[in-house]
Amino acid sequence: MFGCDGKNTGLKRRTVVVAMLASVALVGCGGGGEATSEAVAATSVDGQPEKPNLKLGFIKLTDMAPLAIAKEKGFFAEEGLNVTLEPQANWKVLLDGVIGGQLDGAHMLAGQPIAATIGYGTKADLIAPLSLDLNGNAITLSNKVWSQIRADLPTEGGKIRHPISAAALKPVVDSYAQQGKPFNMGMVFPVSTHNYELRYWLAAGGLNPGYYTDGDVSGTVDADVKLSVTPPPQMPATLEAGTIEGYCVGEPWNQAAVQKGIGVPVITDDEIWHDNPEKVFSIRKDFAEQNPATTAAMLRAIIKAQQWLDADNGANRAEAVKILAQPNYVGADEEVIAASMTGKFTFEKGDTRDAKGFNIFFDKYAGYPYYSDAIWYLTQMRRWGQIPQDHPDSWYIEKAKSVYRPDLYLAAANKLVADGVIPAASIPQTDGFRGEQSGFIDNISFDGSQPNAYLAKFPIGLKQGQRVAASGVTGQ
Amino acid sequence: MATVFADKFDDGTAQPATEAMAGSVAGKVAAPAETGGSAVSPLLGFMAKWGQTIVAPVLGILAFLGLWAVLAPQVDTSLGALPGPVEVAEQGVSLFGEWQAARETEAQFYADQEARNAQAMAAGNTAAVRDFEYAGPPTFLDQIFTSLKTVALGFGLATLVAVPLGLAAGLSPLFNAAINPLIQIMKPVSPLAWLPIVTMVISATISSVDPILPKAFVISALVVMLCSLWPTLINTAVGTASIDKDLLNVGRVLKLGWFAKLRRLVLPASLPYIFTGMRLSLGVGWMVLIAAEMLAQNPGLGKFVWDEFQNGSSQSLARIMFAVVVIGFIGFGLDRIMMSLQALVSKNHQI
Repeated sequence: MFGCDGKNTGLKRRTVVVAMLASVALVGCGGGGEATSEAVAATSVDGQPEKPNLKLGFIKLTDMAPLAIAKEKGFFAEEGLNVTLEPQANWKVLLDGVIGGQLDGAHMLAGQPIAATIGYGTKADLIAPLSLDLNGNAITLSNKVWSQIRADLPTEGGKIRHPISAAALKPVVDSYAQQGKPFNMGMVFPVSTHNYELRYWLAAGGLNPGYYTDGDVSGTVDADVKLSVTPPPQMPATLEAGTIEGYCVGEPWNQAAVQKGIGVPVITDDEIWHDNPEKVFSIRKDFAEQNPATTAAMLRAIIKAQQWLDADNGANRAEAVKILAQPNYVGADEEVIAASMTGKFTFEKGDTRDAKGFNIFFDKYAGYPYYSDAIWYLTQMRRWGQIPQDHPDSWYIEKAKSVYRPDLYLAAANKLVADGVIPAASIPQTDGFRGEQSGFIDNISFDGSQPNAYLAKFPIGLKQGQRVAASGVTGQ
Repeated sequence: MATVFADKFDDGTAQPATEAMAGSVAGKVAAPAETGGSAVSPLLGFMAKWGQTIVAPVLGILAFLGLWAVLAPQVDTSLGALPGPVEVAEQGVSLFGEWQAARETEAQFYADQEARNAQAMAAGNTAAVRDFEYAGPPTFLDQIFTSLKTVALGFGLATLVAVPLGLAAGLSPLFNAAINPLIQIMKPVSPLAWLPIVTMVISATISSVDPILPKAFVISALVVMLCSLWPTLINTAVGTASIDKDLLNVGRVLKLGWFAKLRRLVLPASLPYIFTGMRLSLGVGWMVLIAAEMLAQNPGLGKFVWDEFQNGSSQSLARIMFAVVVIGFIGFGLDRIMMSLQALVSKNHQI
């Protein structure tokens, strides 16, 4: 937003408010600004970092691993960066920290920079130049609900057949409704992957997770299952207290429920959408423009860490678990973290299954920020009413391109290829769209270039022309 | 006039009174023991006094530890059984070990940096010379110091604001009437309610990329200030208002100027009240600080407690309890320091 054209250089951030107002006023020249910043990036990404002392935020989840590894294995230092990693209390605090400048960047929910850019919640220009990982979440139910559905689940070779459909939950939810009790489940943030995954799973099983009215954040209009926000580390405690009957969260908080014997993970997000993109590394757009070399150096360090995490078929994972178990990172017990980081996933005590792809950081082009991934999040925001009205396909694509920045990723990754650090084959040859994707639990395929056509395919979800009011869905 | 103020600042007058009573209660309890002892024999009296000051507190603490050790394992949380005193002490030791390890890593970091710099200089590559500060995670000891610094700043600001305002309110009934309702309304507001407002204001006013003081630090300190302002303000006002009228009359006869009156008469007379207020303020500030740090992400003891809670490891509860003990001891220490200051300035005065 700065250096967008000559006139704005006098608009140095006097206050955050002024900057935000400016960003609103200057949306119109966004395209031109990007072009210049790309030109700047190309010339100076390999130089000395402009801002070598950095503070990055994270939430205590195992998918922050690339940041911890980049720090502990010296990848940040190799790039001439002196990085402090600071755990944040919750996603909102983390987001405000990045927007307000206390944090230079952060481990973020993919939906957060997208929502900030389209102005859902706090409006700010954030970008996602790198995707941190694929998969990594799961849905856990309380012991009580699990005991009610377990007997009716189909089995296969003595074990319960996976994936478990949310349809199995329907009788329990119906019985709650008959008793006049709400069936509550937890997720971590209104624009979190977890929210969309939990909603996707419930809707695929015929349960309506509720719509968002314009401007509200509870999202419970017409809901069969009421979702509410709880910070990840508090999930097990909230489940145990009986406030919620289940939750969708990242690791180690599903394994923590198993370990403590208070809940049973029923499905991983890999089973809801095979190899779904998860957290991103996000920074402010103006930070990237003012510090192109720092941005590239950060990205290079994180890409190296991602490669380290997936190297030699996961040989380094045990060491990663030790690092993550330090109290200043994830801090949970080693065996809890190891339960999901080392290629296995425990559903019940005694039911541990192979889950090779549960946490992917580098393989399968995990780091590349595909436009189509951003568009998937945008379609889900529209599906559940967080985007209140219809937009043409071009709007989705334009928004995705302003947040996801493969150009920055490639600038960093190409240097690593040139230096022989990562293989050239680890960078995809793509226009930023993954093409037609299958692998969803409900077998509905997704094509990032046609978001509106995709939205029309869902039995549960807002359709063209529909809006949500407090009384229910209106429109065709 | 003093009675009028006493009505208005009802709890203000009550506070110095309770302080005085707290002191005298201890004195009175000690007194009968002493007299009772001396009636029987000096030795018994000595033992009784000794029992009062040493044995009874030790027994109390031992009983508490015993109950804690017995009862804690009965409570089964999702993080395992509630830790007893032994586990908590162990975590204290391990926190100290972590601090030592962190010091070693830090020393190693600087040594490595210097070696690299020397190499770069030798190679004539001055651009590669780095002068980084160690960016490791804060240790428990660092967090204690951060907390102390935060509360010192908040408390210092509160005193700077409260004492002049209190003096003005004590000297001018009109001014007092003007601010009294505001004080009464703002005083009971919880730090948690102030926090979002302070956060937004600070975010808007501190906009430099590298501020001198981190925002979270300033936010926490300001919240401490907003909550610890009131006892000092009220006590100062009460102290100033209750100056002997004769003294003021003498001042008028001597034709003392405004400043001389303040310095010679008002301040000396109200100093004991001011310090009583400050002691209460510091107590409030320390309590508020922990909550403020939890939410503002200031890397002090409050953040330590919150981060450990989020960790949810099997040691987390013991570490949190150790932090609670440390918070208690520091609060006690701060109170003692203020108490001796208060005693020092009240030597020649009776409240």
